Amino acid sequence: MTALAPLFVGLPLAGAFLAALLGRRYARFPEASGVVTALVVFVLSLLALVAVHRQGAIVYAVGAWEAPLGITMVLDGFSVFMLVTVNLVALLVTVFSLDYMRRFTAGWLFYTLFLLMLAGMNGVVVSGDMFNLFVFLEVAAVSSYVLVAFGTGKHELEAAFKYAVMGTLGSLFILLGVALLYARTSTLNMADMANVIVAEGGGRVLSLVSALVLAGFGLKAAAVPFHAWLPDAHPSAPAPISAMLSGVLIKSLGVYALCRVFFTVIGFTPQVSSILMFLGVVSMLAGVFLAVGQWDLKRLLAYHSISQIGYVLLGIGLGTPLGIAGGLFHLFNHSLFKSLLFLDSGAIEYATGTRDLKRMGGLSRKMPVTSSTTFVASMSIAGIPPFNGFWSKLVIIVAAVEVGRYGYAFLAVLASVLTLASFTKVLRYAFQGRGGDMTESCHEVPVLMRAAMIALAALCLVGGLLLLPGPREYFIDMAGQALTDTVHTATVISEVR
Amino acid sequence: MTVYLLCLVLFGLGVYCMLVKRNIIKIIVGTIIAETAVNLFLVLVAYRVGGIAPILATPGQADAMVDPLPQAMVLTSIVIGLATTALMVAIAMRIHGKYGTYDIAEIRELRG
Repeated sequence: MTALAPLFVGLPLAGAFLAALLGRRYARFPEASGVVTALVVFVLSLLALVAVHRQGAIVYAVGAWEAPLGITMVLDGFSVFMLVTVNLVALLVTVFSLDYMRRFTAGWLFYTLFLLMLAGMNGVVVSGDMFNLFVFLEVAAVSSYVLVAFGTGKHELEAAFKYAVMGTLGSLFILLGVALLYARTSTLNMADMANVIVAEGGGRVLSLVSALVLAGFGLKAAAVPFHAWLPDAHPSAPAPISAMLSGVLIKSLGVYALCRVFFTVIGFTPQVSSILMFLGVVSMLAGVFLAVGQWDLKRLLAYHSISQIGYVLLGIGLGTPLGIAGGLFHLFNHSLFKSLLFLDSGAIEYATGTRDLKRMGGLSRKMPVTSSTTFVASMSIAGIPPFNGFWSKLVIIVAAVEVGRYGYAFLAVLASVLTLASFTKVLRYAFQGRGGDMTESCHEVPVLMRAAMIALAALCLVGGLLLLPGPREYFIDMAGQALTDTVHTATVISEVR
Repeated sequence: MTVYLLCLVLFGLGVYCMLVKRNIIKIIVGTIIAETAVNLFLVLVAYRVGGIAPILATPGQADAMVDPLPQAMVLTSIVIGLATTALMVAIAMRIHGKYGTYDIAEIRELRG
């Protein structure tokens, strides 16, 4: 089972390589490579989930060089939680892309970059040392810059440039933070760093490191005030990529890495907790206020990503087991419903050729599947029972009340109401009423696109069941424990078995 | 200590250039400056006064040699920097092809 960890990076890399190598000769090969790789990696992530639940964290020493000197790949509760989330969304998104990306030329390029991005994200999640985390983060980030520019239109290029500059800035902050951490602890292995910091005390340099890391990963996660690039970058990408970026990229590169550094390496202090909660609440409100006024469907969704990341940060920032569980559960739920919403926006754009809400209308009769899946996703994101978003928001709010943060709990409810208002507008203008000028001759999208959307909608519907004691133990509790029980994680990572 | 501060000043200059300049090419130059500053910082972290190259050090002489690990990291970081720079220059060329200018004040169709 120890050999499982490197496969999450190796398989997508191999798939990307083969897609690039054979793609120009065999036009269908990259598609097959994309779907098969995503499927295999998803199945492996489920296997890893079961294995970690049974035997605890799995540590793989790359090239048999033992920790702390060698490079380690670690599968613990939090890693497998992220792996399942990332690869589930990636699988459904590739299925959606099969039909959607036919309109674009150079399909092999798309699948190559997609798989590279997947390899990077999985790499960030399984990496056991700080420098590899940075390297994989850059692999994922650089491929995502290219994918944002994929359409090579005016807006795509402008957005990609802005994204690339802000992303590079974030990466530089992170690298500087890693350099300072190395200077302080003389090691790169996360667990070893944590041990050194616990044994010798962090010293003042840790506050500088915290600031740098917070800015760097905050930029990647698009938390307010580091969010300016997201509303440009995410809508400009092709719809499947928007779904990946908003659904999982900002989480694996931003939130996951932030949690790793603050919980596993530096240690979670009350100051960090209050900063995270504050950033979370500000993102939550700023995102939703900016979203309400939008008429471009994808831009509206992008602002909601900022807002929902705020919920995740608030939950995790609370620092209590319940808060962390709520934050992680919301992270998982958000990746489902937000990727579904972006896929729906892609389906609408595919059928009508527009993203402008004012020019849509009456789509519920012409596109029943898209319409009903959008309804499910909108209700999920707005937190209406029985959809999954309701349960995770509920847990976060209860956790906030539990520690006496009534103001934050109230603001979370307020943001949820505004989210509902904003999505009522989407449903009203896109699907109700008489047809707009772009919706005359449109019809439902091809079967694979529908299949991906229906699968995600079904998951949104039953997602709340993950809170039941049985599934919760496997999925959310295990991830939460890996975060809170840092001492245990540290010893496991430093002892290669 | 001075040398570390100078290094951070260089980083600050690069970041300033990235955030304030309006010409796309100057922004790219800013990222290169900031990247170089971080790489320099990594090398500085590894440096020991009077240290020798690790390959020349005899066993048991670890204190006398320069730490080789950050140097390996810098190599990786330079390669990553090359990739991002090449990508940004390519995007800049395409932007110039579409908009006919490198001035970001005129390339502002996305807002709101």
